[in-house]
Amino acid sequence: MRRIDHAEASTKFIRARDHLDFHDKRLWDLRKKRDRESEGLAEWETLRELASAIKEHTLSHLADYLEQFERNAIANGAQVHWAKDAAEHNQIVHDILKAHGTHTLVKSKSMLTDECEMRPFLENRGIEVMETDLGERIQQLDDEPPSHIVVPAVHKLRGDVARVFAEKIGTDPKNSDVHYLAESQRQHTRPYFLKAEAGMTGANFAVAETGTIVVCTNEGNADLSVHLPNLYIASVGIEKVIPSIEHLGVFVRLLSRSALGSPITQITSHFRAPRAGTAMHIVLVDNGRSERLGMPDFWYSLKCIRCGACMNTCPVYRRSGGLSYGATYSGPIGVIIDPTFNLRKYSSLPFASTLNGSCTNVCPVKINIHEQIYKWRQIIAERHQLPFVKQEAMQVAGKVLSNPKLYRAAVEATGAGIEHLPRFMMYNRLNAWGRQREVPAAPSLTFRQWYLKNRQRKARTR
Amino acid sequence: MTSRNEILARVRANQPPAVSLPGIPTFGKPLVSLPEAFRAALLRMGGKFAEAPEDGDLDALIRRLFPEARVICSATPEVKGTRRIGEVKQPGQLADVEVGVVRAVFGVAETGSLWVTEREFKVNSLGFLSQHLVALLDPARIVGNMHDAYRERAQFDFGYGAFLTGPSATADIEGVLIHGAQGIRTLTVVFARRAAAKDLTHRQ
Repeated sequence: MRRIDHAEASTKFIRARDHLDFHDKRLWDLRKKRDRESEGLAEWETLRELASAIKEHTLSHLADYLEQFERNAIANGAQVHWAKDAAEHNQIVHDILKAHGTHTLVKSKSMLTDECEMRPFLENRGIEVMETDLGERIQQLDDEPPSHIVVPAVHKLRGDVARVFAEKIGTDPKNSDVHYLAESQRQHTRPYFLKAEAGMTGANFAVAETGTIVVCTNEGNADLSVHLPNLYIASVGIEKVIPSIEHLGVFVRLLSRSALGSPITQITSHFRAPRAGTAMHIVLVDNGRSERLGMPDFWYSLKCIRCGACMNTCPVYRRSGGLSYGATYSGPIGVIIDPTFNLRKYSSLPFASTLNGSCTNVCPVKINIHEQIYKWRQIIAERHQLPFVKQEAMQVAGKVLSNPKLYRAAVEATGAGIEHLPRFMMYNRLNAWGRQREVPAAPSLTFRQWYLKNRQRKARTR
Repeated sequence: MTSRNEILARVRANQPPAVSLPGIPTFGKPLVSLPEAFRAALLRMGGKFAEAPEDGDLDALIRRLFPEARVICSATPEVKGTRRIGEVKQPGQLADVEVGVVRAVFGVAETGSLWVTEREFKVNSLGFLSQHLVALLDPARIVGNMHDAYRERAQFDFGYGAFLTGPSATADIEGVLIHGAQGIRTLTVVFARRAAAKDLTHRQ
């Protein structure tokens, strides 16, 4: 499998200046809205502590809670299936659809079905699959994966959407008014809701105590997908289970505030039992999660509630775009989850970070994201998955940084060097730091020279 | 071994050491007035609020709010509308509804949310296929925050229930907020106590 080169993949995104600037601004705006909400709640930090503890408790008793969830879901009249990997998940969904003679499926956004690459699997078997979340639909029509787990088409501008919609659903190519585009999607999707034979959602939470699937959405598409067809399928990652109804209070208060900076999603749906005369199927999916649970440093990532706050705050994500990660999950959370799926393929991702720790600070379930990123780097370096240039550079850096004399000499030489080096030495293929940026002018003194001149003398005379 | 047993066995083998389950405090803070706080939160989330008419004629209020509406489908006995929900056999038959009317079980002041279950909707698609939704809410049935809401434990034993907070919305294109994404375009809340049974039989 080809190794993803994040830096290389992001160059295309970085070249489109207006897209890059908007992307950066839009996601930072979400971060600021999140701050406003979190600062408005005196108990915010307590809620984060609680959310983290509830998740850790559940994960440390996960098998029991999964069995309890299954028991209650069956008692409610749902059918429960277990899938150990993506292939089995897709097969189960296809078998259910086939058993009901179904050819059309309307679905709301689910990162899990993206993770399983379910859509192409079903489409190749003659099932028409309709993504009904606006952002996810734009991405489906443009034949691209989502670039963000909450706002899938955040890397596109209105002109891009107008182009895609004009090509695929026949809107006016010259009209890029956002209201017009959203209304066109509404009108286009509605007949599908009315004729679809099956509906599908993911799950934000699965409550063991009651066997309830909780789905948090804004557009109303998840409910339309469930309430109209006679068959409802929910795909649920096994880490989504929480013990009881009262725990929803903690997570619902944190989720949308962290994701979009709104106090709650417009619709918080609780699907527990099928309507009379219809069927409800729940597919519990492992796909590497049980294995991750046994990784001492990395099981904490299973606490994730997929709010995307870590992505919105990450300077690398905001300036490289989700698609450059080449994985279903991008941004800081992707960086720590993706290597568990395929270490070699995703070995460059833990380097797509400045380790500033902002992701950890905004995470509503207190995952130590930046520490995990650092741990992945160590594992990747140990297993020699570093690209050659980085490996050589790291060895030199290691020698220099561990020797004060060498370090001082290097810093002084660098200051002088930047002034006088020919451009090709700084801005070439081997120096990633020289790409897309100009190095600022070096100060006339190094910090040490300045300190010795200004402070140490004073310290001595004191 | 079935996938079920294989997954459960691996989960059991890999579970980290037991962490205890914390209790959930109430975080109750004295709100000046729950109905006032509810109303402010509702407006913030894009919802609308309409004063109940003094004469109690909710049908007239709805006709005033939606003068163009031809199909008004009510799932609550206080409003007659033009179509009774009891006549609806298939959820798709609500596709032409311009105004749906439902009674919320309770409201949440923190977020301006309404809790509505399958018992109130009778046909769940009423809350999503209708172009507009009017919800009646007893102002005495408003709880403080989401923790209080989830302590209404009996409400969560229904086959379906949802917190509705304002109209359906999206900001998926350039962050431009659109009210009326795929579901209802507007949500209007009217404070109205549940009518006594004898008044209802009189009006029907």
